[in-house]
Amino acid sequence: MKKLGDILIGENSFEEILMGNEAVVRAMIETQTKVVTSYPGSPTPEIATAIQSIPKDKRPFYFEFSVNEKVATEVAFGAALNKNLSCAFFKSVGLNVALDSFVQLGLMNIIGGMVVVIGDDPGANSSQNEQDNRNVYKMSRVTVFEPASPKEAYEYYKHAAALAVKEQTVVVLRLTTHVCHARQKILFDKYKNTTSYRTKFNPENGPYIALTTMALDMKRKAIKKFNRSIQYIKDAGLNKELNSENNQGKGIITSGLTCLSLLDVLETARYKPDVLKLGVINPLEKDGILSFLKAHDEVLVLEELDDILEIQIKAMAYDKGLATRLIGKTEDEDYVGEYTPDKVKDKLATVWPDMPGGEPEAFVSPLEVPARPAQMCPGCGHRSAFFAIKKVLEKEDITVADIGCHTLGYMPPYNVGEILMCMGASSGIASGLSLFNDKKRVVAFLGDSTFFHAGLPGLINAIFNNHNITLIIMENGTTAMTGHQDHAGNKVPIENILKGLGIESILSCDTYSQAKLTDLVKSSIQIKGISVVIARHPCMLKFTRLQRKKSGYVQKHITINQETCNKTHDCVESFGCPTFIRNPDESVDINLDLCIGDGSCRPSCPEQAIGFDKGVK
Amino acid sequence: MKAYNIHITGVGGQGIGLLSQALLRGIDHAGINAIAVDTHGLAQRGGVVVSRIRCGEQIHSPLIMKKAADLVLGMEVHEALRGLDIALKKGGTLVYMDVSWQPLPVRLGVNHEVTAKDIRIACETSSATAIKVDTQIVEDSRMQNMALLGTVARHRLIPGVSKKNYDAALGDLLAGEMLRKNRAIFDEYASKRIG
Repeated sequence: MKKLGDILIGENSFEEILMGNEAVVRAMIETQTKVVTSYPGSPTPEIATAIQSIPKDKRPFYFEFSVNEKVATEVAFGAALNKNLSCAFFKSVGLNVALDSFVQLGLMNIIGGMVVVIGDDPGANSSQNEQDNRNVYKMSRVTVFEPASPKEAYEYYKHAAALAVKEQTVVVLRLTTHVCHARQKILFDKYKNTTSYRTKFNPENGPYIALTTMALDMKRKAIKKFNRSIQYIKDAGLNKELNSENNQGKGIITSGLTCLSLLDVLETARYKPDVLKLGVINPLEKDGILSFLKAHDEVLVLEELDDILEIQIKAMAYDKGLATRLIGKTEDEDYVGEYTPDKVKDKLATVWPDMPGGEPEAFVSPLEVPARPAQMCPGCGHRSAFFAIKKVLEKEDITVADIGCHTLGYMPPYNVGEILMCMGASSGIASGLSLFNDKKRVVAFLGDSTFFHAGLPGLINAIFNNHNITLIIMENGTTAMTGHQDHAGNKVPIENILKGLGIESILSCDTYSQAKLTDLVKSSIQIKGISVVIARHPCMLKFTRLQRKKSGYVQKHITINQETCNKTHDCVESFGCPTFIRNPDESVDINLDLCIGDGSCRPSCPEQAIGFDKGVK
Repeated sequence: MKAYNIHITGVGGQGIGLLSQALLRGIDHAGINAIAVDTHGLAQRGGVVVSRIRCGEQIHSPLIMKKAADLVLGMEVHEALRGLDIALKKGGTLVYMDVSWQPLPVRLGVNHEVTAKDIRIACETSSATAIKVDTQIVEDSRMQNMALLGTVARHRLIPGVSKKNYDAALGDLLAGEMLRKNRAIFDEYASKRIG
């Protein structure tokens, strides 16, 4: 068996199939990155999984999960001021949290060099939006490398690190979901750990204080530094032309995975435009782009999400008075969704109808397949919580969700959590909703990792301004949704913080004690002002996985006594554990592959028809 | 070898990740160029999981165009039908397990449960070959993926990839008792003893 951790720290050159996220870790190692920080978020958490596959004593760099992306950025920045090459990585919307610090980085002389790896999520596969962070990079004047594949993710991280060290600056590696999660065979270089941790901070390397007029001088330097990266792009040949013999005067400028979608479509095209693939998307290397424009009659700028490249390229062409016809986004839908091969084919057919080939698609009416929304796992403590809490909420009461597994409470059969914005926003939104609102009670939900990430300011604000809300903290002891990363609550108990904040009504119980939880929430929502209920139960996915590894583990299941079962369907319809099977004759069975035998469903049965089996070793 | 596209689908918790990696590594052991991509994201059990593998020459993105998969592997009946609908090309092959993990609307009584019969009819309509894998002998449901892998090997569905290539892939991915147990099921289905 090949162990990922061993593969990643191998000293000889080797070929291996790795995921984009994993290949990035090998690049960190080869470039002598010394400090790495993160807050977990899809599509990047497997970077952390790969790092943690290397035993701590063999890991050639320091790694931490910071409490949020802003702190992760700050820790990596601080370490780089000690002359360590550092890296922070996180998901697309993580940049919003990190932004206050991130925008300053370009102004600083970061003597160790710093790489920020950000996983954008076109198509919003696992995010609350598909924001195009390229909008931010322009403002921040950071150089941005955009790989199209795992192989390029590895290579471009190394370029990013080299440029960051050379210019003593920050460089971004922009990944997207299907680059992070793609797998392919990659040839990796040899590696030897040649650097040790440094503590060489010296204020004379600065200035590091950007106040008033000093900020302007720092900006002037930052512009020069940023512009110098153009030479690096040229020397490294990172923007590539893929020329065709039958281009019919047409060209396409593109980047990242969109380029691979394009190349797939061109495989069957009737003629093939030349392609200019940009490896660096900020700043744009003008000379190469202009000569590409001059060499073609018509050029399409093909980019996913916003029209960042298009606007800049059109401006370049205007300045030079070029006659090339430039085509970009024309429809609202051009700004929406991932540029899959299908989407690119449709776009090309709109721009040059005679170009895309392949067989015309015969319309086939889609089959009716029941949707399968994501849901809480069997035994999830959140399910017990929602089932219990719903009993005391009136129809007009307002429930505010936050980010995390408990967000899924908005779905039937619970329908709890009617508003969702972003990490830690629930207390603030709930506070606003509670103003001048005497009739409806406002209940906010918040996960435990999110409590530390961005939940505290909203809560403290509610105390400070005496808002009338009930906050229910859904404590499962881990950062569950992104794959069970550790969080600060395991060192800093939430209850201690709440007491320290002077909150008078703090109630807590295990969510499996459903009747007790119902009572606690009932009394809590009567209280004027802020009240908190901690609804606690360990993440059962994590817990069960750990239990299964123990010797002598007995897998129990629940059973349904078909004689006493009255087919009221409370278990399958109201409690809603995916373990229940609804038979065509309306009887209920158990999916033994799913049931973990936790029994949290038992209180839902009015006939007490749910019991346990003896278990299987 | 011209491009060959594989769409693998099922429900979170069924072991699609291992199946997909075993196929990808098997293809690589056969000396064929390949690229794959998984849908990750939410860690919950119970959501749709899709993995795609493309192999051969002239392949670029790991994503497959709609109705362009030569092979769809479905670990669950609802997802097999969905995979067939979205991805399988006319005349392609669907290998599926007759296992049902009821999705929410079925459990709520809003939709009917998909059955093997629905799949058979859909395959006839799109001139697809359907291979149903009987998994009842696999005691541990987490190893049902090996029944599917064995079936792919037995029918030599992926051009140029043989049983020994998948075997080598399993050796890359598993060790000890896990390897022994998984390989036993794989062998069973890869030989003609079953199904």
